[in-house]
Amino acid sequence: MKAVVVENVVKSYGSKKDLVEALKGISFEVDRGELFGIIGPDGAGKTSLFRILTTLLLADSGKATIDEYDVVKDFKAIRQRVGYMPGRFSLYQDLTVEENLEFFATTFNTTIRENYALIKDIYSQIEPFKDRRAGKLSGGMKQKLALSCALIHRPSVLFLDEPTTGVDAVSRKEFWDMLQNLKRSGITILVSTPYMDEANLCDRIALLQEGKLLSINTPAGVIGNFKQPLYAAKGSRMLQLLNELKTFKEVKDAYPFGEYHHVVFHDEAGVPPVASYFGASGVEMFPVTPGIEDCFMDLMKTNE
Amino acid sequence: MRTLRFLLQKEFRQIFRDPAILRIIFVMPIIQLLILPWAADYEVKHVNLSVADHDHSSYSRLLISKVTSSGYFNLISYNNSFHAALEEVEQNKADVVLEIPAKFEQTIVKENEGTLFIAVNAINGVKANLGGAYLRSIIQDYNREVRLKWIQFPRFSPETSIEVHSSNWYNPLQNYKYFMVPGILVILVTMVGSFLAAMNIVKEKEIGTIEQINVTPVKKHYFILGKLIPFWVLGLFILTMGLLVTWLAYGIVPVGSFITIYIYAAIYLLAILGLGLLVSTMAGTQQQAMLISFFMMMVFILLSGLYTSIESMPVWAQWITKFNPVTYFIEVMRMVILKGSGLADISRQIIIIIGFAIVLNTWAAISYKKRV
Repeated sequence: MKAVVVENVVKSYGSKKDLVEALKGISFEVDRGELFGIIGPDGAGKTSLFRILTTLLLADSGKATIDEYDVVKDFKAIRQRVGYMPGRFSLYQDLTVEENLEFFATTFNTTIRENYALIKDIYSQIEPFKDRRAGKLSGGMKQKLALSCALIHRPSVLFLDEPTTGVDAVSRKEFWDMLQNLKRSGITILVSTPYMDEANLCDRIALLQEGKLLSINTPAGVIGNFKQPLYAAKGSRMLQLLNELKTFKEVKDAYPFGEYHHVVFHDEAGVPPVASYFGASGVEMFPVTPGIEDCFMDLMKTNE
Repeated sequence: MRTLRFLLQKEFRQIFRDPAILRIIFVMPIIQLLILPWAADYEVKHVNLSVADHDHSSYSRLLISKVTSSGYFNLISYNNSFHAALEEVEQNKADVVLEIPAKFEQTIVKENEGTLFIAVNAINGVKANLGGAYLRSIIQDYNREVRLKWIQFPRFSPETSIEVHSSNWYNPLQNYKYFMVPGILVILVTMVGSFLAAMNIVKEKEIGTIEQINVTPVKKHYFILGKLIPFWVLGLFILTMGLLVTWLAYGIVPVGSFITIYIYAAIYLLAILGLGLLVSTMAGTQQQAMLISFFMMMVFILLSGLYTSIESMPVWAQWITKFNPVTYFIEVMRMVILKGSGLADISRQIIIIIGFAIVLNTWAAISYKKRV
């Protein structure tokens, strides 16, 4: 049984004149107990997708089910079994940490004590501040509280919309550790993020770009599909180098990547002439293994 | 029911934690009821009078002292020429000029008639109108005194005359405060019932907490009830505070029964909360809710018969007042507090306000969509 099934979901906003197609026919499936990442830049349609799956928004067409419940027909059953943590902190700022948690527990007809075991690891970190108002918490603590509130009713599917946006690197790592622990307790997790480096931490990832899914695969699978030779290049004048690289017909794509430029070739045969041309002018060039970001850049390029 | 209890608990917690709301609830009714009735005074007092006396006789002095002792006029200058007096009007120092012509006394005594001239600054229409009228009636009174002094009236008047006596019912001294205070109280209850409630729901939208509630199995009507009940209670609380203030500050005790007032207020609040809910569905931000509320409040106040009587409005405006729930509550408050009307006397207003409650709440419920 699949935890989440999405078939051909379309959603657009606005009237005829300035129609924005947020989702252009999305289909994917998520297995039970999977940590599924939806990776895409801002405006790709991640939030729209999550809002449709959490019954907050109606899709224009297409079908989606969660634990085999239809998101439109059985929205009541779905609300009982999904947890949703919106990208923006949206708990009551004027209630204390404990009051917020208690309130959301009661809205699901449960109590903190009943599901304490599930949230213990997360909640224990903010428990010393349980009498503090939520609005006065730091960003990292707010996020932990929001996660606790989303988990308080032991959902079977958890939706996290850009949970790590605007959170420091240490808290981000901590947060992903928490997700791994939750996964172990059997909760299916869908997480959206604009950060490519977080993709490696997911079981499977879907790359979303302008409302279309470019690829669904395991992180290793996505990288494995990247067959073209990839090189890193570094010279004394980086901008000129980038422009020059793009003029070669052997070069499929070139883009800045940290302190290097990443150069994608159409095939191995194209490498030596370019390498020798730049080698003469003192440009450092060596092969690298592709990362998720390279794959994403490549998929975007082919998609255009 | 358990969910509703927790929703209410949360709502009251939030209300009592917000110092701004607390201030509005406790301070606003007291301040408004203490200040507004004094300002909203129909009687025109302190009309500034400038006199141009060309006569300087004992008769003119008698007239001037009669005018100034009435209490309505401040004599601000006593001139020899009309131009000097008009100058005062131009400088906005005087509202009314009374010109007494030369030989005023002489013509009265010799020819049994005299003329006076009144010039009124009509920029403020009400003040000009009433100021002029007061002055005319004082002069008439003066005229009668002069005649009494000279003519011995016969014991029975040779002409038939009708003398009119009037008595003021329900407000014998025509104390306008008895009339204004209940009306202002209605406005206060309306503001709390509709706009505070609207702002509260819109705040949840703005902060995004409504999203978080919407993904929970909390039922739509529980959420709405959780929002409306606290403000229903607050509305009745403000009414109680207001009635206390009217008793302590103005000594106004309803002639009718408190029960009648509370029964009507309870139904009225249902209607007005429906309006608040409707505003909240129309507005996306608290700022929008504020602007809508402000606009509606202006209409409510000016077209409710609070300050000006409905009967003197143009017919189309009278029709608008019929669609203004505030109108009916003001009517009821005045009827119960001044006249002592009972439930049977206000049955028309009760039926109408029940109609308002049904229409507004149904409308609001339809336009309130749980799926944003």
